[in-house]
Amino acid sequence: MRANFIFSEVWIGLRRNLTMTIAVIVTVAVGMALLGIGLMINSQVSSLTGYWTDKVELSVYLCTKNSSFPACRNRGATTEQEQATLKQTIQQMPDVERVEFEDQAQAYKNFQASESNRLLLSVTKVEDMPESFRVKLKDPDRAPAVADSLRGQPGVSNVVNQRELLQSVFGFMGKLRNMALGVAILMVFAATLLIGNTVRLSAYNRRRETGIMRLVGASNIYIQLPFVMEGLIAGLIGGVFAAVLLIITKILIFEGIQTYMAAPLGWNTVAGVITFTMVVGVVICVLASFITLRRYLRV
Amino acid sequence: MIHFDNVTKVYANQNRPALDHVSVDVDKGEFVFLVGPSGSGKSTFLRLVLKEERPNSGAIHVAGKDLARLSNFKVPHLRRRIGCVFQDFRLLPNKNVYENVAFALEVIGKPRRFIRKVVPEVIELVGLEGKAHRMPEELSGGEQQRVAMARAFVNRPMILLADEPTGNIDPATSIGIMKVLDRINRTGTTVLMATHDAAIVDSMRKRVVELEDGKIVRDQSRGVYGQAY
Repeated sequence: MRANFIFSEVWIGLRRNLTMTIAVIVTVAVGMALLGIGLMINSQVSSLTGYWTDKVELSVYLCTKNSSFPACRNRGATTEQEQATLKQTIQQMPDVERVEFEDQAQAYKNFQASESNRLLLSVTKVEDMPESFRVKLKDPDRAPAVADSLRGQPGVSNVVNQRELLQSVFGFMGKLRNMALGVAILMVFAATLLIGNTVRLSAYNRRRETGIMRLVGASNIYIQLPFVMEGLIAGLIGGVFAAVLLIITKILIFEGIQTYMAAPLGWNTVAGVITFTMVVGVVICVLASFITLRRYLRV
Repeated sequence: MIHFDNVTKVYANQNRPALDHVSVDVDKGEFVFLVGPSGSGKSTFLRLVLKEERPNSGAIHVAGKDLARLSNFKVPHLRRRIGCVFQDFRLLPNKNVYENVAFALEVIGKPRRFIRKVVPEVIELVGLEGKAHRMPEELSGGEQQRVAMARAFVNRPMILLADEPTGNIDPATSIGIMKVLDRINRTGTTVLMATHDAAIVDSMRKRVVELEDGKIVRDQSRGVYGQAY
């Protein structure tokens, strides 16, 4: 096997079909980048889910003086007596791991830290903040049942399952991921057809050479290798572009939202995704070339 | 060297067989003309030798191999022992004489040092010394056919198949082509040449096998083209 001979044939083939080769490279790059973004979102969602599953709590808000919640209507703020009873009730529930009380001062502090609206900050006073129990459960999946049973208790204004808040964020990211993966599948399909077409053109352009190669007894591998290599090189270049796109995505988008995400996407995940998409891209290109060759290059 | 035993070949969608119960033996080192009108089965015969087609019935042995039992994987190795020359030369227009001949060795993976040694030798054998760096378009038809013969012979095949090699060449030049074929034959290579060219067949006085409608109607040693049937 003469490597430089094969490579010169490959080079001639790629140059003759330059426009098709570029089309293949672009399609593979976009397709693989989208596949990679889908995978990155996926890993971000699962790492976030894992992170938050440990931390989600039920917030059991208590009535304030002029609370507008239906449960607090026609009554004043939760009395100390009610608060103590409630604490005991919660502690005695089998699903509960621990309970913490958050008083108005603490709630106000947290509110100040998380809220950026100046007007809202200036009109909100410490007395407006609701007191609450932060309930940590042994099994986060039991949260809805616990929340339901606490909702009717006297002095409770509202029970918020933090997980439900996260669920909407996860749902949005899930849709984003499905969209990226869906478009990636379309792009892979388009890339396969494009490669098929490129190989067909290439086989037609080189029918003289391949005819002579057949005649003088070149082995099938020797005849087919330049075509498969064309697919491989196009796939590889496409993969490199996809890798660049993925790195840019990581820097511009994932690092941008990292402040809101407790579990940031690591570079090792990005490296894994890039490796995977490159392998997928190259395998698709090689397979597509090989299958088309069977049809257009009689050996 | 080439052994056809009761070979019949019918192409798909055709009623009439292209070869009809043909039996021929060609020995090592023989020079055989295959003659007959167009469509008589000459090209089919050559294609069967190369295993480009399979017979519908009958057995074919080439260079000691039973083609029916030769796996597709080994067909390239069979073809390395058979050189081919065609009416239309089939040279690569973007390669010069040397590169065209060397191509046949490159694609079967011969080492470069070997190629550098044998290609000039065979270019000289076909009478193209000094023209190794010409492009095919700069050569006459006769010279192009010499390049094709050099390419067919450079791997020292046991058999040389020539399908109307003088079909595109004027009679005077054809004589030179035949001299090269004769020279190749004298090295011990079996030559099988399909042709319409009566003058050449008559002048060479070699074995003549005549086909008509796929049947052998004459097999004559030291024959001429158009003898009585």
